[in-house]
Amino acid sequence: MIKFLFQRTIGMAVTMFFVSIMVFVIMELPPGDYAERWAFRKFSGTGTEFNEADIENVRVELGLDRPAPERYLTWISDIVLHGYFGEAFAFQTSVNVVIGQKIWLTMAILFSTLIITYLVSIPVGIYAAVRRSSIEDYTLTVFSYLGFALPNFLLALILLYISITFFDSSVGGLFSPEYADAPWSVEKALDLLSHLIIPAIVLAWSATAFQLQTVRATMLDELNTLSVTAARARGVPEWKLLLKYPARLAINPVVSTMSFDANRIFSELPIVALVLGLPELGELLLKSYLDLDMFVAGAILLILTFMIVFMNFLADIALAILDPRVKLIEG
Amino acid sequence: MAITKETKEANLLEVKNLKILFKTDEGIITAVDGIDFSVKRGQTLGIVGESGSGKSVSTWSIMRLLPKNSIIDKNSSIKFHRKSGKVVEITKLRANSRELRKIRGGEVALIFQEPMSSFSPVYTVGNQIMEAVLHHRDVSKEEAQEIAIDMLDRVGISNPGQRFKQYPFELSGGMRQRAMIAVALSMNPSLLIADEPTTSLDVTIQAQILELMNELQEDLGMSIIFITHNLGVIAQVADEIEVMYLGKILERGTTKEIIHQPQHPYTQALLRAIPRLDRIGERLTAISGDIPSPLSRPTGCPFYTRCEKVMPGICDVEMPNATQLSDSHTVYCFLHEEKDV
Amino acid sequence: MTTTNLPPTAIQTSASQTESEEALRYYSATQFQLIWWRFRKHRLAQAGALILITMALVGLFAEFFAPYTGVTRISDAVLVGPQMPHFCNDDGCTLRPFLPGIKSERNPVTLGMEVIIDPTIRRDIYFFVQGEPYKLLGLIEMDTHLFGVEEGSIHLFGTDSLGRDIFTRILIATRTSLSIGVIGVVVAFVLALIIGGAAGYFGGGLDYGIQRLTEIVRVIPVIPLYMGLAASFPAQWSSTQVYFAMTLILAVVGWPTLARRIRGKLLSLRGEDYVVAARLAGASPSRIIGRHLLPAFTSYIIVDLVISFPYMLLSETALSFVGLGLRPPTVSWGVLLQDAQTVRAIEQAPWLFIPAIFVVVAVLSFTVLGDGLRDAADPYQISK
Repeated sequence: MIKFLFQRTIGMAVTMFFVSIMVFVIMELPPGDYAERWAFRKFSGTGTEFNEADIENVRVELGLDRPAPERYLTWISDIVLHGYFGEAFAFQTSVNVVIGQKIWLTMAILFSTLIITYLVSIPVGIYAAVRRSSIEDYTLTVFSYLGFALPNFLLALILLYISITFFDSSVGGLFSPEYADAPWSVEKALDLLSHLIIPAIVLAWSATAFQLQTVRATMLDELNTLSVTAARARGVPEWKLLLKYPARLAINPVVSTMSFDANRIFSELPIVALVLGLPELGELLLKSYLDLDMFVAGAILLILTFMIVFMNFLADIALAILDPRVKLIEG
Repeated sequence: MAITKETKEANLLEVKNLKILFKTDEGIITAVDGIDFSVKRGQTLGIVGESGSGKSVSTWSIMRLLPKNSIIDKNSSIKFHRKSGKVVEITKLRANSRELRKIRGGEVALIFQEPMSSFSPVYTVGNQIMEAVLHHRDVSKEEAQEIAIDMLDRVGISNPGQRFKQYPFELSGGMRQRAMIAVALSMNPSLLIADEPTTSLDVTIQAQILELMNELQEDLGMSIIFITHNLGVIAQVADEIEVMYLGKILERGTTKEIIHQPQHPYTQALLRAIPRLDRIGERLTAISGDIPSPLSRPTGCPFYTRCEKVMPGICDVEMPNATQLSDSHTVYCFLHEEKDV
Repeated sequence: MTTTNLPPTAIQTSASQTESEEALRYYSATQFQLIWWRFRKHRLAQAGALILITMALVGLFAEFFAPYTGVTRISDAVLVGPQMPHFCNDDGCTLRPFLPGIKSERNPVTLGMEVIIDPTIRRDIYFFVQGEPYKLLGLIEMDTHLFGVEEGSIHLFGTDSLGRDIFTRILIATRTSLSIGVIGVVVAFVLALIIGGAAGYFGGGLDYGIQRLTEIVRVIPVIPLYMGLAASFPAQWSSTQVYFAMTLILAVVGWPTLARRIRGKLLSLRGEDYVVAARLAGASPSRIIGRHLLPAFTSYIIVDLVISFPYMLLSETALSFVGLGLRPPTVSWGVLLQDAQTVRAIEQAPWLFIPAIFVVVAVLSFTVLGDGLRDAADPYQISK
């Protein structure tokens, strides 16, 4: 087991290394650099004149004149050794500060979404498999198709509309106006939860639809196996049979695709956050792209990817615990 | 587990007119077409047949383990004598009812051809044995564990304490088969149904398992239904043999009668087809033709399409009635019926 | 005990003859015929295919089907709601549909523009009318439109804040959105074949390297990755350049997934018994590839391709929705939806949402079609 953990950790580090290179390339892609944009903005904003030398000065100041590999090394070592993600030019402060608060929110959204997804899709998937070809099953299949087809941001808009028209509550944003600046309290926490529900539901929508089908398909496969019949032949009651045998195996694919779910969630987060006005990383990413504030963008990409890779790592461990066959093959 | 012949019936299981149908996409298939058989206490009944003969289906129906698209004819009767003395009509029990679940495992146990597939891969062997024990016997967890380990030892598994904690894939094929027998026996059944238990094992292991089963039967006074397509194996274990073909029984008798004086052309052909060590170099005699598809069952005797002694106009019209050749020997064939009449 | 019966064989002949004819047809059908037959049974998938073909045709000849062009602005009709053609009014019913008159007036209370319907005025809808000139398929100069009105304007789906007819823009957007999806998938597929094929053929280090690359690209969240690439399009690029660049990045991010699936399928097929049997029978590699691997392979690949469309489509829609995608005057469903971003928009002009319906229908059709094709192509599936 230790060996397994060790291997996986090394794998994680290697992957992140390559990812960081890729992120850096993306950071470098936009033509022109921040110095030019800064100068242009300064000019169009305040009418200050500037010339090449000024831009060059800014460049040196921001460290943008060094060759690429050197900048990469500076960047990455700052992150790994000092936890410093660079300058957020647009905000005139470090990226850490800008990102700091929002990380927690993003993680909260991620976890609440995952929890909703698994709490719903696993039992419902099992149910659909057991009640195969019934009305309930067909309805759920239709729901799954819709879940896949309806873009999440549209769903967000629809939900927003419904909540405003019918419930007269401002569901967008994170807190109701009363609580926004108030100190933390139970009521504030509850308020936060009630606001988190909508984005979590929106993001969980397609993930749930997908996992539901996966669970159902695996269950259907497992229900017909000999081991279930053998257990039945031993007189085990039906419900216990279902839970102990097929269900346990049906969870495997769900666990192994946990990181894909996280990937999809992070993928859709920026747009949903934009629509619902949530101040978290995805929305910030969007803004930074539009502003070409690449340090911020790069940092967010790196963090999001790291969370996904980490989830993959956790999923591998969970799978090894759940399914004894895995450990034996790896070990 | 002493059984006194005076107080209990000789018959443990009586099956009459068993007819089983399956609803499929391509139509309704008759898998078992009205058969009768019975099993006596402490005895082994062997059922022989090719695939599609209905041998597995008929025994699985005893425990109502057939899939949802199966129909047991309402005129069929499966009478089982429970340990309590009560006689139960299995066909009338509700699916998955409490009584049925008590019978499953506790009084009738089933072991399968594929020991690997009948165990769940994610639980230890011990866990699965204990599950069975706890369900049927009123014992504590510690006692159940002891019983389980004791059973593993009884079936000849070395190091039972260690094996108890292992997963099915960690055991060899022969050990898994023994473990499956252990699970079955730990529930103390009066009838053991063995569905091709040695088919997937190699010959040496096969011999060991057969010996084991013989021993256990003597020790426990258990009845066994042994299903196989291998006449050589059946000759070693069975007291009575039934020969099935396409859902019907064609001949029934004691092992001696069937092996040495087979009367039905099918039985005779089966025996002839066995390769013999003293006839090396000769061509093998196979039975010509193929089993008809169950969707298009031949009218009359199901074997007539491949029978070398077929009488056209007679055999393809109606199913022959039973001809009693002796107290225990019955054959269903027009060849003998004519003599009888 | 024996009853005399006519041997049943004579009567059975005609029945069994048609049966055996059918059996012969079945057994000698080519693979594609088999797939086609199974596909025919799948009603839902056929519906999906039909919808997609209709959309494609409409998109192709969009300018003909639409009453206006994508950039026509009608200043009198700003933020007008959808107008349903009527067949009847107080004067009676006719065969020819018509629209009532409309006027834009400023509401004295809210100070917003409102549309007042004047039922007394009747504006007939004519078919095959003359309208603004355009080039059909970019080649043929025409000015006939499928329908139009003589006075005022007709807006089946309403107009946007600049007075542009949404129906027209949706039709044109259909062309853009669908074509980006198609081109994106095709380019991704070609890339996947070349790179994946090279990896498989040369094996070793190249294969390993490409595999690692695939894994890394897959780990990064997709849309943020797209956004990163799209954000780097220079501001000066023309809208056509952006269009092609978009399809390129869709393909560049999409090929690893396709390549992985192709590679996986190839590997599993190579080990199949029938391939080994063919090799043992002495078949040449080209014959093995041509007659055995490729057919088994193609059906799965086609299914994979069809299933990839929705992803491409949704990605482009999402990107354009947030402003990182196509640029005006290019219109796609996502670009149209940009106007529907806020709650305000939903409240005031919900018809701006209509492009979303098209997106959903297109994606559903592709999904259903893909499922149907997969069911049809998989011989191990019992037909329902």
